[in-house]
Amino acid sequence: MSFWQFVAANRGEIGRHTLEHLGLVVVATCIAVAAGVPLGVALTRSPRLRAPILGLANVFQAIPSLALFGFLIPLPFLGGIGARTAIVALVVYALLPIIRNTYAGVSGIDPAVREAAVGMGMTDGELLRLVELPLAAPVILAGVRIATVVGVGIATIAAAIGAGGLGEFIFRGVSMVNNTVILAGAIPAALLALLLDGGLHLVERASDWRRG
Amino acid sequence: MTDLAIEFVGASYAVDGHTIVGPLDLAVHRSETVVFVGQSGSGKTTSLRLINRLLEPTEGAVRVEGRSTLEWDPVRLRRRIGYVIQEVGLLPHFTVARNVGLVPELERWSPDRLRRRVDELLLLVGLLPAEFGRRLPHELSGGQRQRVGVARALAAEPPLLLCDEPFGALDARTRADLQREFKDLIRRLQKTVVFVTHDVREALLLASRIAVFREGRVTFLGTPDEFATTGEPSVRDLRDPA
Repeated sequence: MSFWQFVAANRGEIGRHTLEHLGLVVVATCIAVAAGVPLGVALTRSPRLRAPILGLANVFQAIPSLALFGFLIPLPFLGGIGARTAIVALVVYALLPIIRNTYAGVSGIDPAVREAAVGMGMTDGELLRLVELPLAAPVILAGVRIATVVGVGIATIAAAIGAGGLGEFIFRGVSMVNNTVILAGAIPAALLALLLDGGLHLVERASDWRRG
Repeated sequence: MTDLAIEFVGASYAVDGHTIVGPLDLAVHRSETVVFVGQSGSGKTTSLRLINRLLEPTEGAVRVEGRSTLEWDPVRLRRRIGYVIQEVGLLPHFTVARNVGLVPELERWSPDRLRRRVDELLLLVGLLPAEFGRRLPHELSGGQRQRVGVARALAAEPPLLLCDEPFGALDARTRADLQREFKDLIRRLQKTVVFVTHDVREALLLASRIAVFREGRVTFLGTPDEFATTGEPSVRDLRDPA
């Protein structure tokens, strides 16, 4: 059976797994943004946290993804079989680029701008909301983009713990030694990554006050 | 109510036990312009920052309107004090109008009142609101940016104005224009001004009184006339450079 015949015969299943895949990545990235941006900002406020938090995020990043999925299965609450475990693992991988870029973006702002804003009488919250986050937005969003694209790749492994997604085809194809089936998972995953990359790149550009 | 707007009372600022400024004793009266002049590293800017509590004195006190800066809520204190620094101080992602209206916006003025105030201020510093209001700072010349900086500092009608070398980065011609206009403006609005510069001519033009800084201390305090005639060595060094 040719690749296109396979795609035509299984388009329903491919569509469903693509949506599952997208769902895993989007949910995980949203959670990672909700946790990572405040953490990155916290690092700019207390430099003492910087080494431990970035170090920890680095260590998590360095764990091979298949192993991390395996480690998570026996854990209560976070682990088990299914999408929840996969999302936990994806969040762990997405955190580092988001924390690091938030920290880099906020601490890269011209100190004179910050001093003027404080000198005008901004509270710390106003400084963050009106000055630091808007000026750092392109850098933060670049981190989100990296996290998302990496997440699309890692999410293929989620199928190994029963979380679904395009990895289903890849694992099935590997065990059947059938490239057509592997490609039916790999090509939509690659397209998904490119699409999300392109879309987030547009958001990133629009957030830049120089071009926006 | 006291006639003193700002008072340094034995105020020092030290980092790791190393004194950068002080002890300073200096009083600024209402509606006068005191210019801090001295070479770079002489402590002028540090002293200025003690006034709006960007820095806190490690000894002594700085009083603003009779109260130590440490007793003021720093945000309230800063919103009572207009602050003009070199051109980089404008928020690059805010339009000219939003930069000018920044403190009123923080103070939650109504949009109508805010808009009227911004237009009024832009006209006051010689910029047409319709032409400049919607531009971003990087679309202005250096002189125009500095006008915006002055307008922004005046926006919420603060009784005090602190200026840190606001005209330092401008070409000579623009600087002379702005100095003259600034002088008229503060006289008309009766502001109390502390102005930092290393340009003696600027100091002589603007000052009611000049404070000469050297190595963190005030070595001379007096009117421009006294400055021109005194034999004090630190003043002579500034006045008649070798």
